[in-house]
Amino acid sequence: MAKALVFIDNPGAALKKSSLELLTIARSLGEVAVAFNGELHDDVAAALGAHGASVLYRPSAADLDDYLVAPKAAYLAAAVAASGAGTVLLENTADGKEIAARLGVKLNAGVITDVVGVDADGTAHKSVLAGSYTTTAKARTAVAVLTVKPNSVDVESPAAASTPEAVTVEVPSDATANAARITGRAEKAASGRPELTEARIVVAGGRGVDGNFGPLGELADALGGALGASRAATDAGWIGHDYQVGQTGKTVSPQLYISAGISGAIQQKAGMQTSKVIVAINKDAESPIFEIADFGIIGDLFKVVPQATEEIKKRKG
Amino acid sequence: MKIVVLVKHVPDAQFDRHLTGPGNTTDRDESILSELDEYALEAALQLSEARGGAKGGNEVIALSMGPAGAVNAVKKSLQIGASSGAHLSDDALAGSDAAATSLALAAAIRYLGADSPVDLVLTGMASTDGETSLVPAQLAERLGLPQVTFASSLDVDGDRITARRDGDAHADTVEATLPALVSVTDQINEPRYPNFKGIIAAKKKKITALTLADIGVDAAQVGAAGSLTAVETAEARPPRTAGTIITDEGDAGIKLVDFLAAQKLL
Ligand SMILES: Cc1cc2nc3c(=O)[nH]c(=O)nc-3n(C[C@H](O)[C@H](O)[C@H](O)COP(=O)(O)OP(=O)(O)OC[C@H]3O[C@@H](n4cnc5c(N)ncnc54)[C@H](O)[C@@H]3O)c2cc1C
Repeated sequence: MAKALVFIDNPGAALKKSSLELLTIARSLGEVAVAFNGELHDDVAAALGAHGASVLYRPSAADLDDYLVAPKAAYLAAAVAASGAGTVLLENTADGKEIAARLGVKLNAGVITDVVGVDADGTAHKSVLAGSYTTTAKARTAVAVLTVKPNSVDVESPAAASTPEAVTVEVPSDATANAARITGRAEKAASGRPELTEARIVVAGGRGVDGNFGPLGELADALGGALGASRAATDAGWIGHDYQVGQTGKTVSPQLYISAGISGAIQQKAGMQTSKVIVAINKDAESPIFEIADFGIIGDLFKVVPQATEEIKKRKG
Repeated sequence: MKIVVLVKHVPDAQFDRHLTGPGNTTDRDESILSELDEYALEAALQLSEARGGAKGGNEVIALSMGPAGAVNAVKKSLQIGASSGAHLSDDALAGSDAAATSLALAAAIRYLGADSPVDLVLTGMASTDGETSLVPAQLAERLGLPQVTFASSLDVDGDRITARRDGDAHADTVEATLPALVSVTDQINEPRYPNFKGIIAAKKKKITALTLADIGVDAAQVGAAGSLTAVETAEARPPRTAGTIITDEGDAGIKLVDFLAAQKLL
C-alpha cells in the first residue's frame, strides 16, 4: 500500500486543525506515518493514532529548533527513507515550504507548494498568479513533497483508531554543520483572535483607519473573525507586520473578507482575492477594491463599521 | 566582499498575467525586474558601500536566468548600482521548475566564484510570479551554504552575519558565518531608484553572457525535461465581477448586516 508521511513541527499541547487536515489528506493517499519534532504529549500521540497514524517518527536530536530549517530537512529526509513514503505532506508556512525545498533537493523529489487539494493519484491543485489561474500539477519523481494550505479539506477521522508505533530516526551527524543558528527568540503576544490564515472571517483595515484599529477589532470580535491590514497600515506601525495581507504578507481565502479603508492595490488583492465573499468600505467610489467587491459601501468606515457592529450584537444578543 | 544578487525578470503584476503553451509556463512579455529583488540589491549595495565600495574591493554581481529579455533585469540592476552582471540564457532552460532553476543557478554561482570565492548570495523573499520561495532554500542546500531566509534586518561584522526573521508567533535572531545565502523581505530597506549618473555609468559595466555549456550543466537536467514537477492543467479563473455598490445614507452598517445575514455569514 502507498505510504504518506506527514511532518508536524512541534505539535505542541494539542494538534492544530491544519495538522488534522494533513492527516486527512494523507489517509486518502494510503498508509499514514507522522514525523514530528519537539515534545510529544501523550494525548497528542493518542490523537495522532485516532487520526490514523500507524508510525510516529521522532528525531534522535533534541536541538533542531536551535537552527533554521536545514537540520529539520535532514531529519525528515531520514524519516522518509525509514518510512518508504511516496508522498510527504507539510504545512504551507515559511518554514514548511523551505523544509520542503531542501527535502526536494536531498531526495531528488518534486516539490509543490500552496496546494489546496490532493487527488488520490497525487495530483495537486493550486492557484497561481495571485489567484488568476487554478492549476493541477504532479511530481514526476518517486517521492512527491507537497505543502498544503490551511482550510483545504474538511477534517475527518477514520473508523478505526490505531496505536502508533514509536520509532527514533537518527539525525545525520552533519545536519547542523552548515546551518544558521537561532540565537534569540522574542515571543509575540497572542491576540486571542483566530489565526489570520485559518480564520473563516477576516476584517482588514488600511491607511483609511488612520491609526485606529479599535472599531475594526470590535467588528472582528462580533463576527468571531481575525484582523488583517494593508501594508500602508503595517508600515505606519499601527498594527504588527504579521497582520499584513498581500503579496508580501499573508494570503488568505476566508468565507468573508471585509476590507475597510483599503484602496485595493494589486499587491493587496494578491493576498485576498480568492476570498469567497468580499465586502469593501471606502470613502472613494473610484477605489479599485470596488471592482472585486460583492458588496461595496461608499462611505466613512468610522460611521459604517461601528453601526454594523452594534447591529450584529443586537441581532445576536 | 563579493556578493551575487539574484534578479529575476518577471511579468509586471500591474497587467493581467497569463500561462501559455503546452507546459503552461508564464508569458514573459511585459516583464520587469521583480520588485522583491530590489530589496536584495539594495541590501547588497549597502553592504558594499559600508566597506568602501569598489575601491574597497567589493563587488556586487547581478545574476539573472531567463530568455533574452531577462538581460533587462541585469541592466536595471547595473543602473541602480551593481558593479557587473551575468545573464544565464539557454533555450533548454525554458519551463524549469524550482528544482531545475536552483540547479542551474547553483552552477552559475559556482562559475562566478571560480576566480575568487563568493561571500554572499542575496535574493528576494520570493519571485513575484512563481511565489514559491523554494529557490533560495534549494540554492543553500545545493551550495552547502547556511541559509538565512526572510531576513528583515541584516548585519555583517567580519564573517559573522546577524539577521532578524519574523515568524507568526515569534521573531528570531539568526546567526551564521560567511559564505552564506540570505533572502530578504520588503521590510529590510527602501530600495533606491536609478539616477542619471547611474544610467550613464551602467553602459560601461560588463554583462557576462552564460550558457549551459559555460556552467557545465547538461540540457537534460533543466527545462521541462529536467523539472521534477509538471503543470498538467491550467484554467483561468473567471475574473471577479463587482457586486452591489451602495452609498452610505446613514444606514449602510445595517444594510451590511442584512447582506451578511442573507449570505448566512453571521
Ligand atoms: C513590493 C511590494 C510589495 C507590497 N506588498 C503589499 C502587501 O503584501 N499588502 C498590501 O496591502 N500592500 C502591499 N504593497 C503596497 C501596495 O502597493 C499599496 O501601497 C497598499 O496596499 C496601500 O494600502 P492602503 O490601501 O491601505 O492605502 P491607500 O492606497 O492609501 O488607500 C487608503 C484608502 O482608504 C480610503 N479611506 C481613507 N479614509 C477613509 C475612511 N475614513 N473611511 C473609508 N475609507 C477611507 C481611501 O479612499 C483610500 O482608498 C506592496 C508594494 C510593493 C511595491
